[in-house]
Amino acid sequence: MEVKVKLNGKLITEDVAADLLLIDFVRAHGCYSVKRGCETANCGLCTVFMDGTPILSCSMLTVRADGHEIQTLEGLQEEAASFIGFIADQGADQCGFCNPGFVMNTIALLRENPDPTDDEIRVFLAGNLCRCTGYEGQLRGIRSYLDSRKG
Amino acid sequence: MLNIQKYVRAQSLEEAYLLNQKRSNRIVGGMIWMKMNNGSVNTAIDLSDLGLDKIEETENEFSIGAMVTLRALELHEGLNTYTDHAVENAVKDIIGVQFRNMATIGGSIWGRFGFSDVLTVFLSMDTYVELYKGGILPLEQFASMKFDNDILVRIIVKKTPGTFLYNAMRAQRTDFPVITCALSEVDGKYRAVIGARPGRAVVVHDTANILSAGITEESADAFCEHVTQNIRTGSNIRGSAEYRKHLIKVLTKRNLMKMGGIQ
Amino acid sequence: MEHGNYKAINKSVRKKDSMQLLTGKPVYVDDITPKDALVVKLLRSPHANAMIKEIKTVNALKVPGVVGIYTWEDVPNQRFTNAGQTYPEMSPYDRLILDRHVRCVGDVVAIIAAETEKAALKAMRLIKVTYDVLEAVLDFRTAKDNAVLVHPEDNWIAPVEVGGSNKRNLVASEESSHGDVDAVMADCDIVLDRTYHTKAFNQAMMETFRTYTELDRYGRLHVISSTQIVFHCRRILSRALGIPKSMIRVEKPRIGGGFGAKQTAISEMYPAFVTMKTGRPAKLIFTRKESQIAGSPRHEMEIRVKLGADKTGKIRALDLYTLSNSGAYGEHGPTTVGLSGHKSIPLYTGSLEAHRFNYDVVYTNTMAAGAYRGYGATQGTFALETTVNELAEMLGMDPTEIRDKNMVREGMFMPAYYEETANACALDRCLSHCKEMFDWDAKYPVRDMGNGKVRTAGVAMTMQGSCISFVDVGSATIKVTEDGTYNLIIGAADMGTGCDTILAQMVAECMDCSVDDVAVFGADTDASPYDSGSYASSTTYITGKAVEKACTELKKKLCQIAAGMMNCSEEEVVFENGQVRKINTDQTISMEEIGVKAQVFNTVPAEATATHTSPVSPPPYMVGMVEIELDKLTGQVTVLDCMAVVDCGIAINPALARIQAEGGLVQGIGHTLWENITFNDAGAVAENSLMQYRIPTRLDMGRLKVEFENSYEPTGPFGAKSIGEIVINTPAPALAHAIYRATGVWHRELPITPEKIAMSRPE
Repeated sequence: MEVKVKLNGKLITEDVAADLLLIDFVRAHGCYSVKRGCETANCGLCTVFMDGTPILSCSMLTVRADGHEIQTLEGLQEEAASFIGFIADQGADQCGFCNPGFVMNTIALLRENPDPTDDEIRVFLAGNLCRCTGYEGQLRGIRSYLDSRKG
Repeated sequence: MLNIQKYVRAQSLEEAYLLNQKRSNRIVGGMIWMKMNNGSVNTAIDLSDLGLDKIEETENEFSIGAMVTLRALELHEGLNTYTDHAVENAVKDIIGVQFRNMATIGGSIWGRFGFSDVLTVFLSMDTYVELYKGGILPLEQFASMKFDNDILVRIIVKKTPGTFLYNAMRAQRTDFPVITCALSEVDGKYRAVIGARPGRAVVVHDTANILSAGITEESADAFCEHVTQNIRTGSNIRGSAEYRKHLIKVLTKRNLMKMGGIQ
Repeated sequence: MEHGNYKAINKSVRKKDSMQLLTGKPVYVDDITPKDALVVKLLRSPHANAMIKEIKTVNALKVPGVVGIYTWEDVPNQRFTNAGQTYPEMSPYDRLILDRHVRCVGDVVAIIAAETEKAALKAMRLIKVTYDVLEAVLDFRTAKDNAVLVHPEDNWIAPVEVGGSNKRNLVASEESSHGDVDAVMADCDIVLDRTYHTKAFNQAMMETFRTYTELDRYGRLHVISSTQIVFHCRRILSRALGIPKSMIRVEKPRIGGGFGAKQTAISEMYPAFVTMKTGRPAKLIFTRKESQIAGSPRHEMEIRVKLGADKTGKIRALDLYTLSNSGAYGEHGPTTVGLSGHKSIPLYTGSLEAHRFNYDVVYTNTMAAGAYRGYGATQGTFALETTVNELAEMLGMDPTEIRDKNMVREGMFMPAYYEETANACALDRCLSHCKEMFDWDAKYPVRDMGNGKVRTAGVAMTMQGSCISFVDVGSATIKVTEDGTYNLIIGAADMGTGCDTILAQMVAECMDCSVDDVAVFGADTDASPYDSGSYASSTTYITGKAVEKACTELKKKLCQIAAGMMNCSEEEVVFENGQVRKINTDQTISMEEIGVKAQVFNTVPAEATATHTSPVSPPPYMVGMVEIELDKLTGQVTVLDCMAVVDCGIAINPALARIQAEGGLVQGIGHTLWENITFNDAGAVAENSLMQYRIPTRLDMGRLKVEFENSYEPTGPFGAKSIGEIVINTPAPALAHAIYRATGVWHRELPITPEKIAMSRPE
């Protein structure tokens, strides 16, 4: 069936299968930052924004996104640029496979709560798994970004 | 891999209901559980256009549309004021924010999942379900009903004065619970709700009036014994029946002590 | 020796790929390979042990879009091993691409190639297989000499004699000892005899196994795979497919985590076989379920420790027996087991008079094990360190004191560690440093927090290796570009660890340039110099030394070119400050000038390749401590502080070394407290998704803190040893210790779940 999806600001009109998952749709449109890490909605790697809300694109039908705006990290490079350098300074990118989902959800966190405590960061990002870093370096990175904003 | 032939965004409950009468058609909730199925669905019926994504609060009740997400429940001020954050406590450890932005109360309650935090906490309140054809009936009754082809439209929580506590045991913080234990006192009546037994959550009322003279260490122990005797537990990879029995006692006792102001 | 003042070494520079990764650029197998490749799917056995009687593919082949379905009748009958190891492999040749005899649930029965995933999956459902179901060996304790043989076949081959026999379900077996263990043990005041059990934990790297294959423009098999071992992979494919190595090229793009899982060629042969059969590009992406049930997890082990000590806490004798479960195939079976003794016993070199270490590795009809960070040392450390903690508690000694009394120290000859000498060892300083940083004296006592909760702490120490001595080979090629910058080409595999960056830091240190002036490429069998690959903690130590050597050789060549430009002899010039200067003059030639000259009327290559290997494997050392709050009624353990001090010689990049350590600690916490692999009666893995196999989230690990104590390893690059694996070893024994302190119960089986804690009582 035909869907109209605004993907990273660009309107896409396309005929898609009823069971095409949003992750496969956005990847087919070159949004390779969106990764599949599990098939059970547990890992957070496939996080995208639907109308600004972070969701798991592995569990979203493309047809359901009809008429909505979808953003992936490809469309949020500038917003990400403000803090990802601090993550890199900690070496907390590691293998990188979880990074886009983690960066997306961090953007969501900072939009909702511009000055979160460490515990608020941990809680908001709990659905973003990472097997490499042990998470502490990601936290240090976000913390040093927040501190840098305070001057 | 899930196979769906057709997708319909229903424009009325009647349309959704008629479509749902066919066995191979399915109502889509948050899509999270359905997506993990390997089965075939002829028509996926989406209720997204029916305005069921709102929590309406009046003086007497909360009316929660079936498409309200768990995240919306978690953040709803009125609901959490009324339950002293029992609702937030029940859903906050479910996987992650993105997951809770998708999973719906309708999906959770309709599914009557054996691991459900949501069913457990809502059973502890004076809660009703509104079914399109079946009308309004108590959640406790609905929780033990067989699956049929009706549509869950809303969850209604009466604002009967009460106190609510929620406690669950998870081996890993965002895992399925090993056991869920809610305790409430509504209109002077106590009830314990036990879920993740691992079967559907069930309510144990204080039918023997063990707590009617108030919560003391002794009456709490007696009530825990009463609850444990009235709950059947089972074993799965998350815990044995015996451990679940043990946890029911521990967590219900903690809830009672807290409610009684003893700890 | 001591560390000098470094310019690029011991500096926390960003990873070279960090911005590409953090901005989500397409850098992994599935991102960079064509979308229209054939989709490869695998039909897997539902039985633990069965003979295929018949496979009907007629209906499946009729599904539109299905290109081919392959069964055991289609593949070469030459057995091989998937293990990524130096030839001749220690692991037995016990596999075929597809075998008529399936030996575990999840063993591959048929390969399906189709134009779309939907078609492949539809075809899979239409394949009809009739099995002759056989009795299975599921309990590894009953496997040895069982009447049921996992590998009864006659063409089973052990390329190296390791004491195995397929007619006994034995992958390997060995006995070794030093001194008269029985006599010393008989003379000891205290003998503890304890048995431990560890499970087949999954690496659960975020990127599952995946491989793309095609025939390149020369008609050769081009493999792009998420692998730690491009060169071994080429050899494995050559034997499995029966085609010459010269016809195969293997490369890896960025890898979404490995932790050893991708040291085994788990996914490569299937699309490769499809490409060879069809001539078409093919891609296989493992589902998470496949990664969980048919990956290459840790070897399940049962370890019996006999420890003999005197009343003062002097540890005099150790006797270990390890039974290791290799599962249905022998990958890494003969080698992982060795580390359970060889990398635990030498920790007590300081006092040990005699030791013995025997082992058996068995086949069972369960998922085949493989390489996982720690590689046996993790299991052995849990067993031995828990026994030592029990000894300390029994004697009423502080467990840090008992370690101080018995531990290996710098300069000691280690009979239990391949008779090597501890040239660089700061274990004693790690212990005192960690004790102070953690505030051990305040956290070790059991403190009642009310409501059934107590707080306390536990400790463990550990060692690993820095390579496989006499085996591993690392190489590096360095070239100068005409703008005076460098290209470093390696065969080691950065799987997120940051080896591309730390090796570039070494080039920058040697060549006196900035790290940004070094571009890194790897790994590709056609382009990279030979490297055994990234495993066994060897990349910093082995490939790093190769980089250092290559720089030395390159400098000579650059001096030669510069001398020609200055019309003098090579002896009259010197390489300094990133340029070449004529001795006793101010006359210098810049790298850029040399780079340009190298391309004009020149016969001296402005590049160098060096290869390194090592007869020793210097151990890194580490002390880890953990503070917990334990709920005695529910059994819940909450990790509060998890700290460690590591002696890796020197951290080439402290930020990256710290992340390695923190990541290892958190994996260790998961393995200790809830991660589990269980098999049902049919031999199927219950924890077959990330929904059922829970890995730690950021709410589960408490606060981490990692610091370093330097030592100087004379055989390592800039005095460095390794960091990658050791960091996973301490959480299990330290947590088991803290749990004992809180409850009075020693848990000797992992994971130590809340249920086990709540439901057991002190003996």
